[in-house]
Amino acid sequence: MLEISALSKSFGGFRAVSNVSLTVDTKQIAAVIGPNGAGKSTLFNLITGHLRPDDGAVRLDGRDITGAPPYRICRMGIGRSFQRTNIFPQLTVFENLQAAFLVHYGRGPDFWSRADALYRDETSALLSSIGLGGQERTISGTLSYGNQKQLELGLALASEPAVLLLDEPTAGMSATETHETIRLLERIAAERELTLLFTEHDMDVVFSIAQKIAVLHQGRIIAEGQPAEVRADPEVRRVYLGHGLTHAQ
Amino acid sequence: MTIAEAITNILPQRAATALRHRSVPEGIPWTLIVFIAMATIPWVGSRYDTFLASQIVIDALFAVSLNLLLGTTGLVSFGHVAYFGVGAYVCGILMKTYGVPFSLAFPAAGLGAALFALISGFFCVRLIKLYFAMLTLAFSQIVWAIAYKWNDVTGGDQGLPEIPYPNLDWMSAVPGFADLSIGARFYLLTLVLVAVSLAVVHRIIRSPFGRVLTTIRDNPERAAFLGINVRLYQLAAFVIAGGFAGFAGALYGIFSRGVFADYVFWSKSAEVLIMTILGGAGYFWGPPVGAAVLVWLNQLVTDYTQYWSFVLGAILLVLLFGFPGGIVGGLDLLWQRLKRLRNA
Repeated sequence: MLEISALSKSFGGFRAVSNVSLTVDTKQIAAVIGPNGAGKSTLFNLITGHLRPDDGAVRLDGRDITGAPPYRICRMGIGRSFQRTNIFPQLTVFENLQAAFLVHYGRGPDFWSRADALYRDETSALLSSIGLGGQERTISGTLSYGNQKQLELGLALASEPAVLLLDEPTAGMSATETHETIRLLERIAAERELTLLFTEHDMDVVFSIAQKIAVLHQGRIIAEGQPAEVRADPEVRRVYLGHGLTHAQ
Repeated sequence: MTIAEAITNILPQRAATALRHRSVPEGIPWTLIVFIAMATIPWVGSRYDTFLASQIVIDALFAVSLNLLLGTTGLVSFGHVAYFGVGAYVCGILMKTYGVPFSLAFPAAGLGAALFALISGFFCVRLIKLYFAMLTLAFSQIVWAIAYKWNDVTGGDQGLPEIPYPNLDWMSAVPGFADLSIGARFYLLTLVLVAVSLAVVHRIIRSPFGRVLTTIRDNPERAAFLGINVRLYQLAAFVIAGGFAGFAGALYGIFSRGVFADYVFWSKSAEVLIMTILGGAGYFWGPPVGAAVLVWLNQLVTDYTQYWSFVLGAILLVLLFGFPGGIVGGLDLLWQRLKRLRNA
């Protein structure tokens, strides 16, 4: 499905991502973990076209998408959420999602219809599916942090991606919010048969839903496999997991 | 913080509540009332009133075209007068030099301005924020330099005086219009053309295309990952805004009986920017209100002092730091409070 091969990126001599290869199978839930600065976000930005790799390739269903601009990669079926919450703060919750549907259904160039009247049912359905029913008229910038993250997930889902990339989906959330978000993600991934790749710092989250885990350390993948294998890997224990692992167990 | 930065950073952020709730009492056809009131001016007002009204109406269209960039797309243009100027020159040259009728010269002015916006916008949308603003300014100064130096076509520093009025003799046949001067007749034509233009811009803003522009204003990075080609949409907005500015310019050239290089000078861009912010960039009717207030203020102030630019600068400072929602924003806030008081 998503195939990353020998991807590298340097910023002025600093190798942020170095020779990273990773394959995510269809409908698999995969996680990239690693300490801060390990290169997780850079890796995501390379996949989604926000950064151009120095070397290596990204393939989606065998198609080379390396270096394509973000809007095109999105149209090819990769959705993503960002680490910093990324919504349209001055629009209402409803308008946010409606805009995503308008674009997804190719109505963007339409300058004569009334945007308000289009895709209302789809928007309402998705809003309740992500747990934001009843908040339609709220200016999205005034939502709570957790709700903004939910809305952002909705924006990614509206374009009906085959692969969804989530950069720290529970960052900054309370324990309850984290729990709810994970349940939501699991349900939506199952319902929509999504391929999911996410980064996460919370080990509980990672080991509770990931089917495959890759550990990134100083820009390299040092371990990759099923959760049990990764957990047992001595290198991983040494550089990163340590206390986090005991916590997870 | 420079004023330029204040505009680029603060304004699109604070232009909130854009076009959301109704800012005026519902159930009253305000636009129709305003239109009818404006249309009666040649009969009920003085010649001077008609003159001021013409200026307001044309500036309103110019400012609304700018606000399609500023309030809707989040692009700050410091050189919007370039497209106004291209429209004025195209229409003026066609009508005066080549005797082309207004019915052809007017659309040609919009097309010419849109075409120039396409060329210059192609480069501008490659830059962001202040750099975008600076490049728009550079293009407008190029237009000014051409207007000032290309004597054979633009008349150089002499300009193009005595652009003919369109033939409006047919209006004599309409009851009540027979006694109107040509200036008053042209005002009525201007009013209708501007009203139609505003209706079209309004419709564009509320369309799916307009919604896409607001997502770009709010968060271009996120917009790209909805599958939006951000630069292409910014360019489209730039071209549309340029076209309508060209219409405004064409009307202005005829209204003021000539086109001169001064019209394209960068300070005109600043003036229309101030109109837009003064009225409220977050509202469709903000720029027309700003245009009306500024034109009125201008004639009021110049009666007392010649330091109009000083007054203009002072207004800009107060607006940016104290009153970012503009006049309509202030009225809106007031209205919302009154409504809450009444409901409480």
